[in-house]
Amino acid sequence: MASQGLGREHSVQDLIAKSRDKKGKRFVEKLMPIVLVTIALISVLTTVGILFTLIFETFEFFQRVSITDYLFGTEWLPFSGSEPLFGVLPLVLGTLKIAVIAACVAVPLGIAAAIYLSEYATDKTRRIIKPVLEVLAGVPTIVYGFFALTFVTPMLQELIPSLKIFNALSPGIVVGIMILPMIASLSEDAMSSVPNSIREGALALGATKLEVSLKVVLPAALSGIIASVVLAVSRAIGETMIVSLAGGATPTFDLNVTGSIQTMTAYIVQVSSGDAGYGTTIYYSIYAVGFTLFIFTLIMNLLAQYISKRFREEY
Amino acid sequence: MVELKNKMTNNENHINKSSSQFAGETNNATDKNSVFLTKNFNLWYGDHHALKDINLDIKENEVTAIIGPSGCGKSTYIKALNRMVELVPIVKTNGEINYRGRNILDSSYEVEELRTRVGMVFQKPNPFPKSIYDNIAYGPRIHGIKNKKILDEIVEKSLRGAAIWDEVKDRLNQNAYGLSGGQQQRICIARCLAIEPDVILMDEPTSALDPISTLKVEELVQELKDNYSIIIVTHNMQQAARISDKTAFFLNGEVVEFDNTDKIFSTPRDQRTEDYISGRFG
Repeated sequence: MASQGLGREHSVQDLIAKSRDKKGKRFVEKLMPIVLVTIALISVLTTVGILFTLIFETFEFFQRVSITDYLFGTEWLPFSGSEPLFGVLPLVLGTLKIAVIAACVAVPLGIAAAIYLSEYATDKTRRIIKPVLEVLAGVPTIVYGFFALTFVTPMLQELIPSLKIFNALSPGIVVGIMILPMIASLSEDAMSSVPNSIREGALALGATKLEVSLKVVLPAALSGIIASVVLAVSRAIGETMIVSLAGGATPTFDLNVTGSIQTMTAYIVQVSSGDAGYGTTIYYSIYAVGFTLFIFTLIMNLLAQYISKRFREEY
Repeated sequence: MVELKNKMTNNENHINKSSSQFAGETNNATDKNSVFLTKNFNLWYGDHHALKDINLDIKENEVTAIIGPSGCGKSTYIKALNRMVELVPIVKTNGEINYRGRNILDSSYEVEELRTRVGMVFQKPNPFPKSIYDNIAYGPRIHGIKNKKILDEIVEKSLRGAAIWDEVKDRLNQNAYGLSGGQQQRICIARCLAIEPDVILMDEPTSALDPISTLKVEELVQELKDNYSIIIVTHNMQQAARISDKTAFFLNGEVVEFDNTDKIFSTPRDQRTEDYISGRFG
């Protein structure tokens, strides 16, 4: 019956039954989940391995340095010969300075760019601008670092004569520029996914385009926007090359942004590229700092996840 | 209403009686002011000529229904009345749509001012992802009303006006998306009432609702008629017959017939109208 009108010897059902009988297909079907699980496990195990090393070496560090001295000490002087000090707060503060300056640059600009792209730009403009923004995200951070050191710092020194050659301000601004595309792009996604019917509802009440953007679309997309900001800031916290090149290597415990600083990441670079011998306290200290950094970014990522779930407005 | 019409066609006396009623109504209608006077209005989506030489005179404090098959241009027309149709970038228009004597297609006519006077309720309920209170207060707020006491009054009055106050008065601070579809649609109507517009445009407001919610919205339309002029697009001919005073039948971008609803549904002038309302197509 099935072959009627097809003018062939076999019906489609026969052909299907024939190919189903082939053994190979079944074997592949059974094998594939195992292969896929193995591949997935490799990445999971790598992460677990890194975490384990980090914890193990950090534990070793705290055998030598008391944990309260580390967490609450305000002086980080690991190289001072006879009596090194391992108070992590100056490094944390350096990192926070960079993150705050970067956020001050990237959040307003990024959200403004997102509003423009999602609400105002025509399709044509968006098609040109979005890829350009994404190119910005693809620039290697070492290039940003040189940009901060050789272009932004001299320019800022024109404005602020007291600015040191290594300072927090310049790399902070450049890290902000680096994370800007991330905020703009993710926020734009969040705003674009607000249904048009909601915009129309507001427009039909006589709202202007700006009122629709700021009072309807922005609040509706807020969870996505906050999540993008938190993710971007967590990248700023983990950023290494820019701050190593342009931030300096002086861990200070003050709120000054014009002088040299050191971030957690920059310290790790300094020690890793220097000649700290295996087994020394300094060697173990980079694991402790790395672990601290890991905790920071982990908290930020969990926060981003929590926020995007908790504050998701249903529509 | 439909039953009544069946009786009318079966009974000569009824027809005579009702045609005298029609005449009376027509006289009344000419006394009323026009809200929307459309003259030779044309609209194109790119190359597609979607509305052709529309001439319609819509009166105040009446319910005007627009019926017609899918793609006939009825939604396009109603969206032209508050210029929402401009959101489609490729739209071109010519002709005149006079709202209270002023051509809204004039470039000097501010679209926000027009939409403040001409409210709209959409096909799918589209409350904002905010609390019920903030949904209703949104319109007054963007137009500069900040006083909490006045806003409270407006919110209550609008929700009462949309016959949903009793259902939501205890949860004004909850998200409007927690309500049922029919309730959401009445929230949208309340949101529209909150700025006390002159005209309410309704674009198939009950097509996404269940029969009971539909009935509630229809009753509401009847009540609102006293204070507002209502223009309603509907797929449902029974609905048009039940709730409207005037009916316009659109076909392929043209107005085939525009008359008192009773007349359209009992003795249409045009064969195409008769074919459509008797269910022969569309």
